[in-house]
Amino acid sequence: MLVKEFIHIFRDPKMKAVIFLVPVIQSMIFGYAVTTDVKHVATAVFDLDNSQASRELVARFVRSGYFDVVARVQNEGQVRVLLDRGRARAVLRFNQGFEREMLAGRTARLQVLLDGADSNSAGIVLEYSARIAAEFSRTVLIERSARLAGAFRPPGGVDLQARAWFNENLESRNFYVPGVIAILVMLITLMLTSMAVVREKEVGTMEQILVTPITPGEFIAGKTLPFALIGFVDVIVITAIAVFWFEVPIRGNLLLLFLATALYLMTTLGIGLFISTISQTQQQAMMSTFFFYMPAILLSGFIFPIANMPESIQWLTYLNPLRYFLIVIRGIFLKGIGISVLWPQLLALAVMGLLTLRAAAGRFHKTMA
Amino acid sequence: MDAIRTENLTRRFGNTVAVDRLSFSVAEGELFGLVGPDGAGKTTTMRLLTAIMDPTSGDAWVAGCHTVREEAAIKDSIGYVSQRFGLYQDLTVSENMNFYADIYGVPRRDRTEKIDRLLAFSNLAPFKQRLAGNLSGGMKQKLGLACALIHTPKVLFLDEPTNGVDPVSRRDFWRILYQLVRERVTIFISTAYLDEAERCTRLALLHRGRLLALGTPGEVKQLMRGAILELRTSDARRAAVLLRKELPDCTVGLYGDRIHMVTSEPDATKASATAVLQGAAIAITVVRQVPPTLDDVFVSVLAQAEVGARHE
Repeated sequence: MLVKEFIHIFRDPKMKAVIFLVPVIQSMIFGYAVTTDVKHVATAVFDLDNSQASRELVARFVRSGYFDVVARVQNEGQVRVLLDRGRARAVLRFNQGFEREMLAGRTARLQVLLDGADSNSAGIVLEYSARIAAEFSRTVLIERSARLAGAFRPPGGVDLQARAWFNENLESRNFYVPGVIAILVMLITLMLTSMAVVREKEVGTMEQILVTPITPGEFIAGKTLPFALIGFVDVIVITAIAVFWFEVPIRGNLLLLFLATALYLMTTLGIGLFISTISQTQQQAMMSTFFFYMPAILLSGFIFPIANMPESIQWLTYLNPLRYFLIVIRGIFLKGIGISVLWPQLLALAVMGLLTLRAAAGRFHKTMA
Repeated sequence: MDAIRTENLTRRFGNTVAVDRLSFSVAEGELFGLVGPDGAGKTTTMRLLTAIMDPTSGDAWVAGCHTVREEAAIKDSIGYVSQRFGLYQDLTVSENMNFYADIYGVPRRDRTEKIDRLLAFSNLAPFKQRLAGNLSGGMKQKLGLACALIHTPKVLFLDEPTNGVDPVSRRDFWRILYQLVRERVTIFISTAYLDEAERCTRLALLHRGRLLALGTPGEVKQLMRGAILELRTSDARRAAVLLRKELPDCTVGLYGDRIHMVTSEPDATKASATAVLQGAAIAITVVRQVPPTLDDVFVSVLAQAEVGARHE
């Protein structure tokens, strides 16, 4: 049974490509593309003041590395056009008298117009802008105080010194690439297994298998082990890409990662097989797979933090194997934590894996009747 | 001991009764034919007997084991060739055979010898390395048979194995079956071809899930009521239509350029048929009474059953 499944897979050259090339390509693309870092925001400057102060502030925006000035505009109409067309994501607007107000000791106003369609990025840009503006006003304040009072020292403020642990530079890539491993492996194993039993039903080989003395356990083992092995190879390949290409640190124990992978694969294979036994055609299996896969990703914390979800939906995420594996894989990669911390997740995966495989074997029993 | 025995075997799908209170038995070493038109319940019966499907009610024993309670035990002693080619098209002939040898737990020692013997037996030896998907229809069926024989089953089930197979391969196939019967294998074969049914030691005629006739081909032919009148005419098709309309009491069957009429009074029918056809300017070349073939029996028994069903 085992040998046969391997022959099935390897006799089809397209299948080989799907199994090994696709994960490589996808992890490369995702590694670069899946990032929430906001850098090089296309920025337009609408400077009606055109003073030393306004130019200085724009320079600070540029120096931060987050903003690129792509246009200087002269009127409201142009601002609209740039934002509408998406040529600029942010517009810095200085009204006439910006410097004068400042020199007069009053609060000068800097308006930041943002393309809020992408609320997430807009929020981040807003935060950057606020920080730059605050720093600017502090410098101005210090300079002015110094000039006014000579030896006068401004009152000591609080200097916030934030340190991000585990991912020192807050690089979103370090957070997402391990997640990519989880979702790619899930996709591949789900697809392979969900097709596995249905294909036999469609082609008519299932009937022939059913008259043989093969037990459901043997059948399921024959259907899962090859895919589990493929899943493992894929995990190793993508991990290698993550570590050597994207330089994602791996701080934890590799053996623990493999153990977790084994448990995780049990769940994905179990679910795939279950889908396969309840489907009559490959199309049905395909649809069911996506029906499971999409929510599994959205409700896993891969992109959207689970803590932000409504409570009822948070409960739902406890049923999602991807949720647990993401915690484990990120924990192992970034935090280097071990089994003493991760055991609840591993246990959850093990229980789910056994249950789904059991369900699949049970469903297999009399598929004909 | 009977190789197969059923008692009131019934299987429903929703409201339709696919197999209706079937009771019969097949002795060891018999070549038993299950005959019936499409949709008669042949495949369902096969599935019930091979323990792939559970009956709604009734019981069946195969090789001494109950199909529901001793399902696992049955599977070691039966072989099954399904109507659809049930082997892996992307595996070679010998890979398919090895796969089934694995599943049936054929010991490795005798395996090579056994596979070689079966391949030789079925004339497939030259195609060992060919992908099963690239075999012709007849060869596919022979491969299916070879795989079903890998564990030397006591009872062999064949579900319309020669459907869509060319005549030469069919003859080949039957030669193998006879060989198996000599080796005391019980064969249970379903077919829609009546010339094949004629070769069985015993037959069951199935229609709408019910057993209409059971016995040797000779016995089944005795069921025929009336005599058979064979006509050859210049325009068989038009003649058949006309005769059906004008002589509704007779069952009219069209076999190529021949027309068979079932009648209780051959002489009277001969006269009236001749009159009808002459009236329509159809020339009659031959009119004679012939012994019934299974086809005739089949048509007439089915017609009687239809009439019976309508009266119910």
